[in-house]
Order: sequence, then structure tokens, then C-alpha cells
Amino acid sequence: MAETSVPTPRRAPRARDLKAMPGFKTIGWACIFALYMPLAVLIIFSFNDNRSVVKWTEFSLRWYEAALENDGIRNAAWVSVKVAAVATIFSTIAATMAALATTRTAAFRGQGLAYGIINQPLMIPEIVTAISTLSLFSLVKQATGVTGIGYLMAAHTAFCIPFAFMPIRARLEDMTLTLEQAGADLYATPWQSFRYITLPLLMPGILAGAMLAFVVSLDDVIITLMVAGPGETTLPIFILGALRRGITPEINAVSTVLVAVSVILVIALFLVQGRMKK
Amino acid sequence: MTAATLTQAQIEERRRTRRTRRALLAPALIIIVAISVLPLGITFVYSFLKPGTYGGVIWEFSTDAYVQFLFERDIFDGTLQFNDSYLTIFMRSIGLAFGATVGALILGFPTAYFIATKPREQRNLWLFLITLPFWTNLLIRTYAMLLILRDEGMINLTLMGVGVIEKPLSILYTDTAVFIGLIYTYLPFMVLPLYASLEKLDFRLVEAGYDLYANRWRVLRHIITPVAKPGIIAGCILVFIPGLGAYITPALLGGGKKLMIGNMIAIQFGSSRNWPFGSAAALILMALVVIALLIYARAAGKGARAHG
Amino acid sequence: MTPTLKALTAATALALAGGAALAEGELNIYNWGNYTSPEMIEKFEKEFDVTVNLDGYDSNETMLAKVQAGNTGYDIVVPGDYMIKVMIGEGLLAEVKPNEMENFENVDPKWVDVWWDPGRNYSIPYQWGTTSFTVDTAVYDGDINTLALMFDPPEVLKGRINMLNDMNDVINAGLRYLGYGRCNGNEDEMREVLEMLLEAKQHWRTMDYSTIEKLTSGDVDLSQNWNGAAMRARMQRPTLQYAYPKEGFTGWMDNVAVLADAPNMENAKLFINFMMDPENAAMTSNFARYANGIQGSDQYMDEEMLSAPEIVMPADAPAPDFVKPCPQEVVDLYNKVWTRLKQ
Repeated sequence: MAETSVPTPRRAPRARDLKAMPGFKTIGWACIFALYMPLAVLIIFSFNDNRSVVKWTEFSLRWYEAALENDGIRNAAWVSVKVAAVATIFSTIAATMAALATTRTAAFRGQGLAYGIINQPLMIPEIVTAISTLSLFSLVKQATGVTGIGYLMAAHTAFCIPFAFMPIRARLEDMTLTLEQAGADLYATPWQSFRYITLPLLMPGILAGAMLAFVVSLDDVIITLMVAGPGETTLPIFILGALRRGITPEINAVSTVLVAVSVILVIALFLVQGRMKK
Repeated sequence: MTAATLTQAQIEERRRTRRTRRALLAPALIIIVAISVLPLGITFVYSFLKPGTYGGVIWEFSTDAYVQFLFERDIFDGTLQFNDSYLTIFMRSIGLAFGATVGALILGFPTAYFIATKPREQRNLWLFLITLPFWTNLLIRTYAMLLILRDEGMINLTLMGVGVIEKPLSILYTDTAVFIGLIYTYLPFMVLPLYASLEKLDFRLVEAGYDLYANRWRVLRHIITPVAKPGIIAGCILVFIPGLGAYITPALLGGGKKLMIGNMIAIQFGSSRNWPFGSAAALILMALVVIALLIYARAAGKGARAHG
Repeated sequence: MTPTLKALTAATALALAGGAALAEGELNIYNWGNYTSPEMIEKFEKEFDVTVNLDGYDSNETMLAKVQAGNTGYDIVVPGDYMIKVMIGEGLLAEVKPNEMENFENVDPKWVDVWWDPGRNYSIPYQWGTTSFTVDTAVYDGDINTLALMFDPPEVLKGRINMLNDMNDVINAGLRYLGYGRCNGNEDEMREVLEMLLEAKQHWRTMDYSTIEKLTSGDVDLSQNWNGAAMRARMQRPTLQYAYPKEGFTGWMDNVAVLADAPNMENAKLFINFMMDPENAAMTSNFARYANGIQGSDQYMDEEMLSAPEIVMPADAPAPDFVKPCPQEVVDLYNKVWTRLKQ
């Protein structure tokens, strides 16, 4: 990630201790521990020999083999990742632009309305959006004859926008314009000052927003269930369908693989970044 | 240069700002209006129609859906009677979502602060660590929670092992389990926006605070919290509203014996075959959320002015 | 940034186009999740050189909502009995005349003149089963063939019961227990049902669809259940037994049908005929663990299926009750009872 151009003052060692709030570190670690407990359980059960996800018998790799052979699960995992990636990219871009528009200038008429519209997908239970989106898309399909996974991606992009927007806007709010003005004084074009000043300052917010959007898209059930067409089953839909007939640890195996792949990717990314800095 | 030309330049400047602003807002607004607001319009229309025999709607105007929310007509004697069923369901969901929001804030704030005070090059790694568990599916994660909360689950075994309790606590299939589950599900929604705003905190201010002999509480209250405020608001909205509509977590961890708003509305589009009522209930829910947000925004605005 | 954006746009365009292409030789099946044998699909693909897309739904109502909206792109759906009746009435199914197809002679005559599709002009049997309940006989050793175990449970079962989270399954069982008729619009009788259910609910631990997990984890000792799920649960907890209550129990059948706006009509018809072949029906049963309605499929079925007490009903059990769709007033009344029960 890009460094910000804000000069960080060198702090006295004393200062680091002062930053810490009593108990915050403990709570932070406890939260991370709590977040990982279910993940650990999930991974452990992916190696369960039994077909149960709730009762341990003995170690086995059979569910990894089963998942590898199961076209349905593999396709579903792939569709999930594909849709989530597209939705994350588009929603984060749109949300970043919208956040810039609503915070970098003085308050304007219609600002409240703009907020309201951007947050609207949050305000209404998913099933309702799902049913009405279904009716709408069906009309569009009828009129244009276009089918395909684009509809699903568009629907995901829409409900991901508020999740990406919130952290980005929280980041931008109260941020002073001093640096951009300094840039402008030095004859930077608006694009240059965005690229070299605003964007780096904004990056933590964008990253947080993108991660939220990705998670939200990856987990969506109801809207996907209604909007998805032939061959567009995502992992949550696959699991939902399997629920009544008993979930097997195959799902745990696929989830474990997804987690492992993302960990490897991120570690690689950090290594590359570290090397580039040197 | 005269005053008039200056004004001319200012007008030009303002016009440009407006154009940029419109261009920046356009993608988000177009996507959401097309895919979410337009369907909302359909929902609004549905809520004033009559239910079709097998789902769907009949195109006849009716306000029955709204009347049905508070009153019931015919189950016992045909007159309109006050019916608290749906209100009870709404209140339960609101209570749980509110509790989860407070819980997530209490746990999420220190966590976000903890990450924001990490060395800069480590912070993204920490963010990733927070979100990673959520890259697995919610249903599967909730099953894992079942194992942890069960009578002979990890929490009970640990507590009994340490000797805090003698008999296992009955957590699973109670409101406590739902509460824990909701906090768990929505914790990153709180931590990430909080982090995004805390990260810009200038710790020289904290030092200055201590130099002025403020104690930790006062520093937290008067220096850190104001900076984090946009993040707190964003986080609370992102936890509270989805928490209201949540239904996988309550159904699995709560045992499914009680309805939540989410389930109640969903079955109207399913086995109850009453789309207008489902639409009306959803719009009532949305209205409540919007009113709560407006009241909050007004209060927050006043508070800020009083402060300034 | 710009090259990235371009690449993105290109990728999206590709993804959008991907779904529209390849329309030749396809068949899009929309069935209940995890209910279709992959081997059977593979066999069909090989035999007819057709690419099959398979997706799953979670309830008849989800499927209906999507089909009603139109342009789903699906060819084959597998609705339950009452849903076939609804969909025929709404003109959503194609009259493909399975009864004139080559393999129709294999359909068991008792599944031909059914109320949801008399003479089988639209649909063919897929799988059928019953909805009753499973009890752990090591916990309760009395007579299990009575609904009283759910509604007025003995001491050992109190707080150890899971019910299906389904309005119709719970209310129908309640109606049978009190001896009242199905699709009941009588308000006094329904009030009695509600009071009885409210009383019984105190002894239920959960109301959830995932019956297998509930039973095998030991969270409950009795669960309302489908017979195929009951069989799977028994494999992991051998003391479980499936009850055939004397007050009666629900029977259901899922049926293969073709949508009126199916894009691949000819392939869909091929599939209907294919599914009436005993070997293919057996493949489905071996995967989904329910009985099919095709004669001669027994010889291809797994041994454990042929002897399972959940699948092979005892001679003295009452006949399963296939419940018809109820009129709107009754559904409204049921909905009120259900909301009160779960408020």
C-alpha cells in the first residue's frame, strides 16, 4: 500500500506507551481469538471422517477428495468468487467517488437525499429487494433478450455500495483540505492532486470498504437465490439447498481451501510489497 | 479587477465543483436507483394491492396490508381487534439488534484502536486478519458457533475445566446465543469503519492531552472519541440495520421457536402467500429505521453545535 | 488505473456474454438443492450430448416466485405435488404428454391418476416420501406410533424435541392429533389447535429444518422428520426409529415437469423420458434416499434402501395423506395461528 505523504513525527519511546489504553489490547486480542474460534472448528471438521459437521470421529481427507470431485461445489465456489470480485471492484470505485463527492466540498442541496439513496439497500430486508429485483430483471430480460451472470453481478454491486461507502466516508469526514490546496498552489492538476495526495490518504478507508463489500457479497443468500439464473449457483445457495438434506463436511473442506488460498495470496502480496520497499 | 469579474470567476468555480460532484456521484446513484430504489417503488405499489391466490398480487387497490399490521379482522369474531403479534416481533428484533450494536461497539472500539496503534506497515495485515474468518460462509460459521455454544461445547468445557461453573450453562437455543451470534456476525462491520476513522488520529494530540494532565478517560472522551465519531456512526448503522433483518443467525442459534422481522417478512413471500403484507411490513420497518436515523442526525447536529 | 479499468470492462463484457452463448445442446435443471444424482446427470449428458446446468432451490415457493416472474431460462423443475397443481392452474407448465412417451409403461399405475396431475399430462414421479417423526428408542421405550409424543410428550422427551420450521407440517400434524380435517377453515377448531400447539411448544427445544444435525449431535431425542432424512440420521445414531403415527402422517411426491417457456424444449422432453427409465430412477433414489415411482427400479437400488423401515412402510401403517393446496382464507387463518405460535 502506498505511504501517505503526511510526515510522521518521530515519537519518543514514552509516547508509544501513552497511546495504549488500558485493557484495549486484551479486548483486541480476545476479539481476534473469538473470531478465529469458529474458523478453527470449521477447519477441524473438514478433516472429520464422519459425514457429520457436528460430531467428531477420526481424521480423514475424504471430504477434500469428495469436494474435488463434486462439480456442483467447485462451480459454486468459483461463481461466488467471481461475482464477489466483480461486485467488490465496481462497488468500491462507485463508493469512493460518491464519498469524495459528498465530503470534499461544502454541504450542498440534495446531500441528504444522496446519502439516503446510497444507503437505501441497507434499509430494507433483503427478501423484499430480492422479490422486486426479480420482477424488474425479468422485465429487462424480456425487453432486451440479454441473459447471463451480469444481472447477478449488478445486483451484488448495488447492495455492496453502502458497505463500501460507509468506511470510506468515515475516513474522509473531517479530513482537512489543506494538503490538496497546497498541491493546487504548486500547480498540480486535479487528477495529480487526487492521485498523489487524496488517494493515499484515503487508502485505509478504501481497503476497509472493499473488504466489507467482498465479505457481504460472498455471504449473500436471499438476493442471489432470487436473481441467479441457470448455472449461477453460488456457494451460499448450494449450502442452503443442502441444508434440509444434511450438510456434509465437503462444504467445510471447500471453505478451508478458500481460506487457505486467500491466506497464501495475501502473504505473497505482503512479501512482494516488502521487497519492493527495500 | 472589479468585484463583478471576481463573482464571475466564483460562479465559474462553483459550476465546475457542481459538475465534478455530479460526475462523481453518478455511478453509485445510477446503480442503486436502477437496482434498488426502482424495485423499492415496486414494493410500495405491491403494498397497496391484494394478495394473489398463489403468491404475487392482484391489481386492486387495498390498504388491508397496513391494517393487518396492527389489527386483525376475522380469526375470532370478525370485528377489528388490536393485535400485538407483529409489534411483539418487531420489538424483539429491534431489541436484539440494538443489543448487538452496543455489544459490537464495546468490543469493536478497542479492537479498532488496537489495530490503529499498530505500526503502519502491519495495519493492513491486521485488517485482513479481522476479515479472514468471514470469507467462509455464514451458514457454516454459524454451525461452528453451535459447536462452541453447545452444552458440552467449548465454552462450557472451558468454564467447567477452570472451575468457574459446575453445571454447563444452557446457552444454545436462547436469546443469549442469538445475541452472541449477532455480535460475532457483525463485528467486522463495526471494526472496519472505526478503524478507518481512528487511523487518522494524530497521536500528538493524545500526547498533548497527557501533557496537560488529562487522565486516560478524559483523553479517550475528549480527544479520541470525537475523531472516531464518524466511524462510530457508520459502524452502528452497519450493525444495527442488517441486524434487524438478520435471520440465519437467530433461526440457527435461537432454535427458531420465535419469529424475527426477517423471517416474518420472508414467509409472507413464501408459504403465507401474502406479498402485499410482506411489502407493507418491510416498508414500515424501513420507515422506522429512517425516522430513527433522522432523530439521531438531528440530535447529533445539535450536540455538535452546542460543542462548537 | 486506466489499463486496469479497461481490463475490467473487458472482463465484465466477457462474463455478460458468456451466459448468452452456447445455447446449443443445453438443458437447465432447477431442482431442490443436493437432490440430483451427479452420475445420473453425467449419464444423460453422455447419452444425448447435452450440457446440463444444475441449480438448487430451497423451497417450492422460491421456485414458484422465480418461475412466475418469467424468463428464468430453466427447462426442468421438480415441484411438489400441490405445487404441480398450482403451476398447471397458472399455466406455468408445458403439456409435454409424458403419458405418450416410450418409457411411460414403467410408471407405477398407482402414481398415474393422482389429484395433482390426473393421467400425467404434465409431470412424472421423481421421488416420494413421508413426513412424520424420529424418536430415539433408547431414551423413550414406549409405543412410538402416536403424535402424542410431539404434542403431549412424556417426561423424558420434554425439552428434547425439534419440530420442522414449517407452517403446514406443524399445523397439519396438530390437526391430525386433534382429529380435525386438513385445509381447515373452521375458526373454533383452529383456535383449539393454536391452544394445543402453544401448550406443546413449551416442551419443544427447537424448530428447525436441519433435522439430521439436531438428532445426530444429541441436541434432541425426537424430531419431526422426512423419511429419507430419518434414514440418514439412523445411520449415525442407530437407536433412532421412524414413527408411523396411528393418527396419520403426510405423504408427498416431487415430480419432474417442463416449464412452459423452456428454452430447450426438445432436450427437456428427452430428459422426462430418460427419468422414467428404471435404472435412472434408481440412480436418483440411491443418491437422494427416497423411493421413486418407477417399476423395476428395485433391481438397481442399494440393498439398504430395499430393507430400510423408513422407506418400506409396514403393512399396518395408515395410508400417507397427500395434502391439497388450501384456499386463501385458510392460508390466512393458518398464517395467523403460526404468527401467534411464534410471536
